[in-house]
Amino acid sequence: MTDPTRLTAHELTDAFRSGAATPSAVTEAYLGRIAKLDGKVRAYLTVTDGRARAAAAASDARYRAGKPLGPLDGVPISYKDVLSTRGVKTTCGSRILESWVPPFDATVVTRLAAAGVVPLGKSNMDEFAMGSSTEHSAFQLTANPWDLARVPGGSSGGPAAAVAGDLAAISLGTDTGGSIRQPGAFCGIVGMKPTYGRVSRYGLVAFASSLDQIGPFAKDVRDAALVLRAIAGVDPADATSVDVPVPDYAASLGEGMRGLRVGVLEYDTAGMDPDVQRAVTAAIDVLKGLGATTQAVTLPTADHGLAAYYIIAPAEASSNLARYDGVKYGLRALGKDLIDMESRTRAAGFGAEVKRRIMLGTYALSSGYYDAYYGKAQKVRTLIRRDFDAAFEHVDVIVGPTTPGVAFKHGEKEDPLAMYLNDVFTVPANLSGNPGISVPCGFSTSDLPIGLHLVGRAFDEATILRVAYAYEQATTWRTRRPELA
Amino acid sequence: MIERKDVEHVARLARLALSDAEIEKMREQLNGILAYIEKLNALATDDVEPTSHAVPMVNVMRDDAPGPCLPRDEALANAPDRAGEFFRVPRIIED
Repeated sequence: MTDPTRLTAHELTDAFRSGAATPSAVTEAYLGRIAKLDGKVRAYLTVTDGRARAAAAASDARYRAGKPLGPLDGVPISYKDVLSTRGVKTTCGSRILESWVPPFDATVVTRLAAAGVVPLGKSNMDEFAMGSSTEHSAFQLTANPWDLARVPGGSSGGPAAAVAGDLAAISLGTDTGGSIRQPGAFCGIVGMKPTYGRVSRYGLVAFASSLDQIGPFAKDVRDAALVLRAIAGVDPADATSVDVPVPDYAASLGEGMRGLRVGVLEYDTAGMDPDVQRAVTAAIDVLKGLGATTQAVTLPTADHGLAAYYIIAPAEASSNLARYDGVKYGLRALGKDLIDMESRTRAAGFGAEVKRRIMLGTYALSSGYYDAYYGKAQKVRTLIRRDFDAAFEHVDVIVGPTTPGVAFKHGEKEDPLAMYLNDVFTVPANLSGNPGISVPCGFSTSDLPIGLHLVGRAFDEATILRVAYAYEQATTWRTRRPELA
Repeated sequence: MIERKDVEHVARLARLALSDAEIEKMREQLNGILAYIEKLNALATDDVEPTSHAVPMVNVMRDDAPGPCLPRDEALANAPDRAGEFFRVPRIIED
């Protein structure tokens, strides 16, 4: 058979069922590829080869007995290092958690283990998921498999680069302002943020609790649908998870575009890469050709989403990250008294971007400024939700670019604000809670991948997956892959 | 405009020991970011209810049923410093 690391998860499990391959053989192929090539990509912070081999052997036995656990049994996966894994270091890309070993698994990890996946390891990220390039990791720079001099995007750059570079079949990331969809676009793979509340956040180390959501990276839309099905659903351990039925997303993928109303996002083209604009316009033509009706959609407040986000997310982060005080776990620096110990611990343990956001959030919540900043941002959040609600009265999905440009070079965006502008198209769906997906829609003149962004109604992931699938099957972008020699 | 003393005040609230150079850089960068955020003031929001959460829900209740809890040694396993069954911290009460 062809190199198994090139296959999708559903192709792998087809091969496992037919006996053409075994989970152990495929796991060895992945571990071999990681050993050979991850020195270049640097997607992994921890490789759990022992656990992977044990899980693969157990999966082999299930297939031999004719009793696989489901459509992901034996599929090698990588987890963003913000997802707690019992007995395996979970660093969040931060010195402050450099040696933290969680005593529990995140719910998504538990659910995927029950689905039979093979855990290859933990992948790199911007520290505490704050960033758009993975350059804020305290440990290593991750390279984009399409061009090793460029960033994979962020904050979930490690899990995205792992899938794009065939160093994992699937992976899980987290998306607070675009941290799955933007690296998905930059790495030429599918990346999905489910509706807020769709997937339990238990065991996800919190950044901004009202915005964070866990979601899949995959080599195609069907794999994303399978992973979402496996991780979705209410969880008593996360009171913000929502008790709505989880449909069989893969079963409805093939229903096509007919009868669907596609809203074409009107956006400010200032600062946009013309290659991205061209690719998105061409993708919309493909959707029309498939039978969709289209109409222009405006989200009048969305332009202000980024400004509201950079109050709300840092405010929540400043509160969530108060727990890192050097007392019960994590790094501790010595000090002359408790406050001195805490202040030195946090100064030594956090990187520049995390400190910046803690400062911004603390300022926005501090006495005398709360209403002007945090209160105002929450009201703008309401306006953005209303924009989406109004749009979804007329359309079933909103289509636009995932990012203003393609993957940039390491070190290219030194100014924090320039980095933040990467998230301008993705942030509104975090503020409103709507689901979003990025699917590959072409390449720039410099041969870098471009992402098409689809946003749907709350808890209607099925429709955006269906549209993404129809688009994917009508195009050949997914056949073009980076070569890592 | 944020001044140096504001940065120092917020750093104290946030329990961050910043160097002189960090304070100055933070002052510049926070002013840049806050200037961008000022664009929110162009939106009229007087009669708008705030949204604190994407999914409107309050007081999710569950049964008060006892379950297993983390064994003491596991809870202490990540402690930077411990003394027997306790987390050890610097003295906070004077003799």
